[in-house]
Amino acid sequence: NLMTDESPRVPEMATQEVQPNETLTHLKTESDTLKTKLEEERAKLHDVELHQVAEKVDGLGQFIMKTRRTLKGHGNKVLCMDWCKDKRRIVSSSQDGKVIVWDAFTTNKEHAVTMPCTWVMACAYAPSGCAVACGGLDNKCSVYPLSLDKNENLAAKKKSVAMHTNYLSACSFTNSDMQILTSSGDGTCALWDVESGQLLQSFHGHAADVLCLDLAPSETGNTFVSGGCDKKANVWDMRSGQCIQSFETHESDINSVRYYPSGDAFASGSDDATCRLYDLRADREVAIYSKESIIFGVSSVDFSLSGRLLFGGYNDYTINVWDVLKGTRVSILFGHENRVSTLRVSPDGTAFCTGSWDHTLRV
Amino acid sequence: MTINTLARGGWDREQMACFQKMEKVIVAMQDPDMGMKMRNQRLLITVIPHAMTGRDMITWLIQKYCICEEEALHISGMLVRYGYVYPLKEPRSLVLRPDESPYRFQTPYFWTSTRWPASELDYAIYLAKKNIRKQGELMEYEKERYSVLHKRINHTWDFVVMQAREQLRASKQRRKADRIVLECQEQAYWLINRPQPGAHNVLDMGLERPNNLSARVTLVSDIITFLYVSYVPVPFVKYSEQYQNHDPIMQGCLPSNPWISDDTAYTRVLGHLVLLVPAFAAPVDLVERWSFSFMELLNDIMGRREFMIYLEKEFSAENLCFWQACEDIRHGESSRIVEKVEEIYKNFLTPGAARWVNVDSKTMDKTLKGIRHPHRFVMDDAQMHIYFLMKKDSYPRYLKSDLYKNLLAKAIMNCPTCLFVLSACSPS
Repeated sequence: NLMTDESPRVPEMATQEVQPNETLTHLKTESDTLKTKLEEERAKLHDVELHQVAEKVDGLGQFIMKTRRTLKGHGNKVLCMDWCKDKRRIVSSSQDGKVIVWDAFTTNKEHAVTMPCTWVMACAYAPSGCAVACGGLDNKCSVYPLSLDKNENLAAKKKSVAMHTNYLSACSFTNSDMQILTSSGDGTCALWDVESGQLLQSFHGHAADVLCLDLAPSETGNTFVSGGCDKKANVWDMRSGQCIQSFETHESDINSVRYYPSGDAFASGSDDATCRLYDLRADREVAIYSKESIIFGVSSVDFSLSGRLLFGGYNDYTINVWDVLKGTRVSILFGHENRVSTLRVSPDGTAFCTGSWDHTLRV
Repeated sequence: MTINTLARGGWDREQMACFQKMEKVIVAMQDPDMGMKMRNQRLLITVIPHAMTGRDMITWLIQKYCICEEEALHISGMLVRYGYVYPLKEPRSLVLRPDESPYRFQTPYFWTSTRWPASELDYAIYLAKKNIRKQGELMEYEKERYSVLHKRINHTWDFVVMQAREQLRASKQRRKADRIVLECQEQAYWLINRPQPGAHNVLDMGLERPNNLSARVTLVSDIITFLYVSYVPVPFVKYSEQYQNHDPIMQGCLPSNPWISDDTAYTRVLGHLVLLVPAFAAPVDLVERWSFSFMELLNDIMGRREFMIYLEKEFSAENLCFWQACEDIRHGESSRIVEKVEEIYKNFLTPGAARWVNVDSKTMDKTLKGIRHPHRFVMDDAQMHIYFLMKKDSYPRYLKSDLYKNLLAKAIMNCPTCLFVLSACSPS
C-alpha cells in the first residue's frame, strides 16, 4: 500500500540538553524551522489524499435516522454517557451530580446515584457491566459497583480511585474492571489500579486541560489518544508513559477523540467547528470534515461500526453525519433543544446515543 | 455615553470563534452585490427601512451554502437567538419565523461580542430608562433586578438616573422610525445578555477551562527518523468496504434493527442477538467477521470459545490459555500480579510443565529473568510471541477447518432471508 520512495532525510534531532544560555525563543525558532523543513520535504512527494482514493468508492445514499428512544429523567444538563457491553444499558451523568443507569431499550431507570459534586463530566461503564465510574468537579474518579438489589444504596459501596488536582474530564476502563484511565483539567492523564487506588502511570505532555481520551483497539492494546485545550492530540504508550505521537492541526480546543475501528487512525472534534482524521502510520492529518455553514463547535465524535460514517454532536444542537472516506456530509439531524454534549455508537453498531444540555438522552 | 467598565479579560475562546463566524455570515448577508434584498417594512403606521423577511433569509442561506430548508431555518434561528437579527413584530420573541415576518440586522454597536461582558451599569441605565419612560413597563423579573441593582450600585445611582434621562431626552429628538428601531435593538441586546429567568440562555458556555499554558517548551526528545514515504490511504477504503455489509446503521440488519422494531422474538445470547432456535446458532455476520482478522476472533466471546475448542482438537490449546492468562495479568489488580506470574510460570513456562508453551529461547530467557522481579508487563514479550504464533499458524488453519465451516453454514441456514452467496448476506 505504501510506496517506498527515495527518502530525503531531514536531520535527526536527538535528545537535547537545554544549555543554560539557550533561550526559550531560540528553541522555539529551531523547532519551527524543522517543522517548515519537514513540510517542504513532504510537499515534494506525491501524497494521495483520502478523498481521491475514495473516488472509486460508491457514494452513500440518503440516510434516514430517527430518534428511537428518548431518555428523560435528568434534572439538568447531561454531560456524558457510555454504553454497557450488553448493547442496551447506558450510564449517563449530569451537571447536578446525578449519575443514572438506564435500560435504553425499555427507557427504564435501573440505578441512580447522586455524587457529592456538580458537573459530573465523565462516566464510564465497566466491561463486566457490574460497575460504573464517574467524576467531575470533585477532581476524583469513583467506582460504584452496581448491585442487583434495587434498594441498596449504591453510594455506600463507592470507591475513590483516581485523584487529580483539577476537574476530571474523561474516564475509561481498560480491558477489565481493574484499571481505569483518566484525563483531567490539570493537564495530565493517568492510569489507576481500581482495587488499591494506586497510580500506575501518569502521562505528562499537554500544556493545558486534557478534555478527552480513547483507548486503542489494537492487537497489543497498549496505547491511547488524548485531546486537550492546547489544540493537541497526543498518542501515549501506556507502559512507559511516553508520548509517542502528537498532532496539532486544530485551531481550538479538542473536545473529543475516537479511534477508527481498525486502530490505524483516530478522529477528533473541536471548538473550531471541524472534525479531523489522523492516520497513525503516516503520522499526519488526512481529512478535515467541515462546512462553511457549520459554525458551532463539535463536542463529541464516534464512528459507525465499519468506520465509514463519523457522527459528530455539535454545540448548535445538531448532529452531523460525515462520509469518512469522501469527506462529505451525509446528513444533518435535528431534535435536541440544546447543545449535544456527548455521543457514542452502541457496541454492536445498531444505534448511537446522544446526551444534551436539554436534559435528555436520545437513541 | 455609557461606560463599559469591565475589562475584556476572560473571554471564552470558543464563544469568540462562534461569534466571529456568525458575524461573517451577517456581513455576507448585507453585501451590496451578493447579499439580501432589503425593503421597507410597515409597522403599524411607521415605515421601517432596511428590513427583510424570515423567508428571505432562509432562501439566501439555502442558495449561499447549498443546504436544505431545515438547516437554513436552523442557522437563521441561531442568528436570531444570538441577537444578530431581531424581529420587528413581537420583538420579545427571539425566534425566526419562516414567513413574511419582518426582521432587521442588529447594529454592530449592540453585537454581544462588541460589548462583552454586558455591564451592570449599562443594564441599570436601560432598566431606569424603561422605568422612567413608562411606569409599569418593567416586567416582574426586571423590577426585581432593578431593585437589586439599586442596592448594589447605590453609590452611582444618581449617575444612572442622569444618564437614563439624558438618553431619553436625546431619543425624543429622533424620528419615530429611528426611535422604534433603537428601542428594538437595545431590547434585543438585553434579552440575550440578561435573559428572563427560565428562558434559554444562549450565552451559557458551561464550565470555564483554566487553560494553564505552561512556559516550558516540550522538546521532541525522541530521535526523529524521516524515512518518508509517499502516502496513499488505501487501508481505510479496504477496511470500510470489508465491514460495510456488517454496519447495521448503514446496511440495516437482519432480521431487524432492535431499536426500530422493538422485536422481542430475538433474545440476546451472551449479548449477541440470536434467533430463538433450539440448536445453538451464532449470527452469521458475527461468524463471518471472525474471518476478517485474528483480533475480531479473539475479541468476540463466542469466537474465542470456538477457537479454543478447535485448538483443543489440535492439542495446542495451551497457547490460547497462556495468552489469556497474560491478559489477565496486564489488566488485573496490582495486588495479584505476583501470584498470577507464579501461576503462569508453573503452568506454562517450567520445563516439563503440563501446558508448556513454545517460546523462542531468547524470549524465554528474557522472561525468566524478568519473573524474578515480577511486574505487570513482565509477560509482554512472551505473550506477543505466542499471539503471533497463533495468528500466523493456528488462525488460518482454523478458518479452513470443518469446525469453522460448519458453524458458518449453520449460521447461514438460521439466517431467515439469507441466500447462498455469503457476501450477499446482510448481518442479522
